[in-house]
Amino acid sequence: MKFNFQGAGIVRGFVETARNFLGSYYDPERLTTVEYPERKLALPENVRTVPFLVYDHDMSGLRCTACKICEQECPAACIKIIKDTVKKSDYLGKSQFQPQVFDIDIAVCMSCGICAEVCPFDSIKMDQVYELATQDRFAPLILHKEQLGKSNAYFHAIHPTDAVETDSLRDEAKRKAETKAAADAAAKAAAAVKPKPEISTTANSQSVGTSATANVEKAVAT
Amino acid sequence: MNSLDQIFVTLKQWLLSYVPTDFQPVGSALLSIVAIIAVFGTAFALTTILERKGLGRIQNRPGPNRVGPCGFLQPMADAVKMLTKEDIVPYAADKVLHYLAPIVLTVPIWLAFAVLPFGRNMSAIELDASIVFFFAVGSASELAVFMAGWSSHNKYSLIGAMRGIAQMISYEVPLVLSTVPVLMLSGTLNLNEIVNAQSGFSFGVGQWNVFTPWGAAGFLLFMIAATAESNRAPFDLPEGESEIIAGFLTEYSGFKYALFFLGEYLGLFAVTGLAVTLFLGGWNAPLAFLNVVPSWLWFFAKFGALIAVFIWARGTVPRLRFDQLLNFAWKFIVPLTLVNIAVAGIWYFSSDHLAYAVRWLICAGIFLGFYELLGRFLSLKRAPRTYRYAE
Ligand code: SF4
Ligand code: SF4
Repeated sequence: MKFNFQGAGIVRGFVETARNFLGSYYDPERLTTVEYPERKLALPENVRTVPFLVYDHDMSGLRCTACKICEQECPAACIKIIKDTVKKSDYLGKSQFQPQVFDIDIAVCMSCGICAEVCPFDSIKMDQVYELATQDRFAPLILHKEQLGKSNAYFHAIHPTDAVETDSLRDEAKRKAETKAAADAAAKAAAAVKPKPEISTTANSQSVGTSATANVEKAVAT
Repeated sequence: MNSLDQIFVTLKQWLLSYVPTDFQPVGSALLSIVAIIAVFGTAFALTTILERKGLGRIQNRPGPNRVGPCGFLQPMADAVKMLTKEDIVPYAADKVLHYLAPIVLTVPIWLAFAVLPFGRNMSAIELDASIVFFFAVGSASELAVFMAGWSSHNKYSLIGAMRGIAQMISYEVPLVLSTVPVLMLSGTLNLNEIVNAQSGFSFGVGQWNVFTPWGAAGFLLFMIAATAESNRAPFDLPEGESEIIAGFLTEYSGFKYALFFLGEYLGLFAVTGLAVTLFLGGWNAPLAFLNVVPSWLWFFAKFGALIAVFIWARGTVPRLRFDQLLNFAWKFIVPLTLVNIAVAGIWYFSSDHLAYAVRWLICAGIFLGFYELLGRFLSLKRAPRTYRYAE
């Protein structure tokens, strides 16, 4: 039905808006918005807000080794890391430093995700929390290690694809390291010469190399 | 029912009986002022919330529904927010003018309410030329807009003020011209008399001006000009926030901003009240048997309906470009109002010679024919619009 007198378009516009007005009362399907605090939409998998730190099992299993790569790469310079003096063994069985302090100022963080890209230990990942408002604009917006640390299960829950991929890469690296360690031990036993102190350094650099390669592959894949 | 109809008049007289005779004129004026401020202040609060809800529904969203039951306390929250905001005056502003502008906008508009008949015997003052008074005080808002724009010392304010002036002056012409047929046919400038002239019933239906061809056309033209005159969408160019931030309101905050907001709505209420009075029979009932309903209720029912139309238009028509706005006023609306005056003359002089229906058809035909031809002529030089993304 098309009328063609002057100003017909305006009349049609009025009819359209009247239809919207009445329709929105009896047809809830029309309402395009969601009443937010009561109803929340499921987030898409790739949503990212601020970073968090992944741990295995509990906080003592924090993957971070305080290598400070993320601190240096962060364009907003909002990460602050202080190395602890104690070491712990990482998932490859090597002894690594722990972060004593790991703070992120989320008031400054711009959610770029570069820290998650560069971390060679798959320790820092992007979170999906978005209700971050606080009463004070300084102290509560600096998240500490305790608030940042979240379990691997949580990581699986929010980024399933990425988490599965990360886990398989880590398993792979671990398997390789174990085979190599076994081979080394066998060679050592077979040769039965006096122990060389360089072995541990070689293995260390190699393991970092593997993990970095894995990271690059991951970046290409995503 | 007559007592209910005159309840406010009786109330006022009863209160005045306690006032010494010498002070009765002053007392009467004060009582009217209090009543008008209370009623239209409430109407302002109610309109803001209903407008936001209505616009929301037009855009398929629920609109504000958080503060109080169904969100109806939202105006209170807005008021608290406005009043507690910091009042910032720019360093380079002309402080006196900056301070005065919101007052100059609001006060004359309150004056305009003084002559509107809200019900039988219910206008604050009786003036013989009340419609002239109405337009005279109404035009003070142009001054306020320019004061605000100039004193803010901000280029956006100044552009907004310039736009405001150009628009208001352009639309003042059709606004006044579209009321001329009513004045011609009722032969008076007194708004009370104009309402009385529409108080008859033919076949049980009220003899409102809007039921005549010149009245219907005049009503539509008046509504368009009134929208522009009160700076409402789609004619809200002076505040076009997508281009010039908030126009002449850019440098206003807190209570002064609220006053501008109030002034704008009061201006809308005043012209709406005038439209009801001139075209929709004022406080008269639409059908003869509905006369039992108090007259002031009829006035406010029509008033509310017209406000709803303004909100509907705001949700429907997109903002015009400035050249379109002025072309529309001078090339289209003004000629149509002039033709409408001629049509009203034909209507008046043919009353003795032709049957009502014939007269009606001839007059409507003349106006509509002219409307269609003028519209076509004005769009001649324009290529037909192609919409790449719509349709
Ligand atoms: S890059 Fe990874 S392992 Fe290194 S300090 Fe940052 S989070 Fe910890
Ligand atoms: S997401 Fe970007 S800005 Fe935020 S901490 Fe990581 S690197 Fe820094």
